[in-house]
Amino acid sequence: MTDLLAARTQMALSLGFHIVFAEIGIAMPLMMVLAEWRWRRTGERAYLDLAHRWAKGTAVLFAVGAVSGTVLSFELGLLWPGFMRYAGALIGMPFSLEGFAFFLEAIFLGIYLYGWERVGPRAHLAAGVVVALSGAASAVFVVLVNAWMNTPVGFTLDAAGAFATIDPVAAMRSPAAFQQVLHMLLASYAATGMAVAGVHAFMLLRGAAREFHSRALMVALLVGAPAAVLQPLSGDVSARVVATTQPVKLAALEGQWATVRGAPLRIGGWPDAAREETRWALEIPYGLSLLAFHDPTAEVKGLRTVVPADRPPVAVVHLAFQTMVGLGSAMALVALWAGWCAWRRRALADERLLLRALVLVAPFGFLATEAGWIVTEVGRQPWVVQGLMRTASALTPMPGLVVPMALFTLLYLGLGAIVVALITSLVRETARTAP
Amino acid sequence: MSGIGLPEIVAAIMVLALNAYALTGGADFGGGVWDLLARGPGREAQRALIAEQIAPIWEANHVWLILVVVMLFTAFPAAFAALGIVLHIPLTLMLLGIVARGSSFVFRSYGARDDASQRRWGRVFAVASVVTPVLLGTIVGAIVSGNAGAAAARLPAAPGAPAPSYVSVYVAPWLAAFPLALGALALAMFAFLAAVYLGVREPALRDAFRRRALWSAGAMFVAAFGALGVSGMTTPHVMGGLTRGGALVLQLLIAVAALSAIWALYARRWRVARVAAAAQVSLILWGWVLVQAPYVLPPTLTIRSAAAPRVTLELLVGALAVGAVVLLPALAYLFRTFAAERRVR
Repeated sequence: MTDLLAARTQMALSLGFHIVFAEIGIAMPLMMVLAEWRWRRTGERAYLDLAHRWAKGTAVLFAVGAVSGTVLSFELGLLWPGFMRYAGALIGMPFSLEGFAFFLEAIFLGIYLYGWERVGPRAHLAAGVVVALSGAASAVFVVLVNAWMNTPVGFTLDAAGAFATIDPVAAMRSPAAFQQVLHMLLASYAATGMAVAGVHAFMLLRGAAREFHSRALMVALLVGAPAAVLQPLSGDVSARVVATTQPVKLAALEGQWATVRGAPLRIGGWPDAAREETRWALEIPYGLSLLAFHDPTAEVKGLRTVVPADRPPVAVVHLAFQTMVGLGSAMALVALWAGWCAWRRRALADERLLLRALVLVAPFGFLATEAGWIVTEVGRQPWVVQGLMRTASALTPMPGLVVPMALFTLLYLGLGAIVVALITSLVRETARTAP
Repeated sequence: MSGIGLPEIVAAIMVLALNAYALTGGADFGGGVWDLLARGPGREAQRALIAEQIAPIWEANHVWLILVVVMLFTAFPAAFAALGIVLHIPLTLMLLGIVARGSSFVFRSYGARDDASQRRWGRVFAVASVVTPVLLGTIVGAIVSGNAGAAAARLPAAPGAPAPSYVSVYVAPWLAAFPLALGALALAMFAFLAAVYLGVREPALRDAFRRRALWSAGAMFVAAFGALGVSGMTTPHVMGGLTRGGALVLQLLIAVAALSAIWALYARRWRVARVAAAAQVSLILWGWVLVQAPYVLPPTLTIRSAAAPRVTLELLVGALAVGAVVLLPALAYLFRTFAAERRVR
């Protein structure tokens, strides 16, 4: 394994691990606050119990998210010092703002988790609101950096290709910024809400603590289902931005090799880099031109517009994109179904088929997030900053990077297993002790 | 160019943040040290107090470190890049310690209640709380000694050029007497702070933590003079920096703070002890700054030469000012909510 591959693997693993906890850290506080608010409004103990139990899980997941996020902030320098030396002054700003947002999140989470008896009811609920808002703000700032890496702006270059002047504020408003932030926030609410809904649907199918779990299911769906329904629309907006700002990435995620007018949309298929064609795909005529440019005859640039060395690994990107779209669509359909049942005022706890579907799609959101992150990151390769800096030139000169990569792989595998076991036992506990 | 400009202001804010981290996050690590060393019949009561003390605040305290890191790479990107390269190994080990400490703490708090799991996570928490501060001090030692900066300067400018040996660049700068002595000093400082804070918090356990505070004050003394002695042999410029002009005044102040802390502990004046202990640790930290200024990474990168363009620094200082207006009251609220002293039962 080369040092570059080892570093990329370690970074991918660290981000792939952290992103799940980050999403939970964004959406879970909102759900806790909703449950607590319902309790204060209705006086139903089940809601208070729910807020307490969700808070326990959040405490564990937030802590793991906090420490894995710390690892990432250092890894920027440990693995990619070239990138930080080059771009730190320009894109450090959103990271600094993220630091503040994270600070507020940690402060008020402490108050929320441990302050039930120490602060007044309004202050407690308000603390939860601050946690939910600052969690979302953290995500906004971090994604702004990623959006800049995809569509870098806010600088002029000198003759040697270094930054002559920089504008950190303009860099925060890159062309991909709005769409990526929207997509990530919706992903967080959809993935977390639908996963939690799936867990409580599972407990309802097992016949455990019906009152408790059906309320939990409602709150989780309230957060997850609208986001899951909106996410495909946000994906459409994202794809159109990618089409104009990162045509090679769009070509990779669609497996489009030739530049053509009226490009088809491919479902499935295997992009063959050697033969420069995508085989065995179901092709919907004009579909890609229509989706990417809202014009059936629009020209879509193919991968052949750049030399092979400047193309991302097409098969990985195409497969990840298909996976993301497939999983996201399934979630949107189940969310619509749940919404329809709720609108017809049916008791969701009795809709056993819907409950089964919710259990099935429970992990889809996190899987789709991982796939989507692969699309945006692998789809940008070989660049770390699109068109400006190659990932290889950002790499640390330190040899033997396979060692830290192996260390962090073991660490995250172990941590992941422990967290899953712990959350499972917290959920199981509700079967015995919930009202 | 001389005097105080934007780069110096940003650097000073970074040191303030680091100071806050030492006094809060550092003490949380110190709590883990006393968890490991909990002895006698009051063992479990001590561990419970430590857990109760740090549970609501450790994550917020930890963010100071993240703030320092993002300020470093925003304002001094060249220094951050160089540190990431030559101190890769101790930084990675420190990160493993941070991850192990934080996750084992919540696993113990929220996981299975049986003795075996509690002991297992308690042990991981305690050991990681000892190892991480040592690494943090070692990293500081590698920076202030000039070892890290010198190693970074030896890196080949272009790929393919003959590289110096692996050990000389990636190991020798930190695996050396002076950095390790500072590692020991950091550990003793954090343990000292924790013992004092815990004593203030719980009157019922004051005797135990008073003994521990005095012992760790002794350990600090030994580690500080050990580091000074080692620096006299291996890094004379550090020794020189500590024994001239303004530094001597600072040394005097450190001595005053140290003696006040010890007197207050003897006299059981706990609140005085807390102020004196915090002052002592802060002054030691500023002693480091005094030795290292005007370098962000001695002996090559100065605060001026490593600084980001003016526009970045201006925005950063603006953001920090606005952020502080929100953050400081929030932090005060957090500490006021949880710092209530226990009454004697």
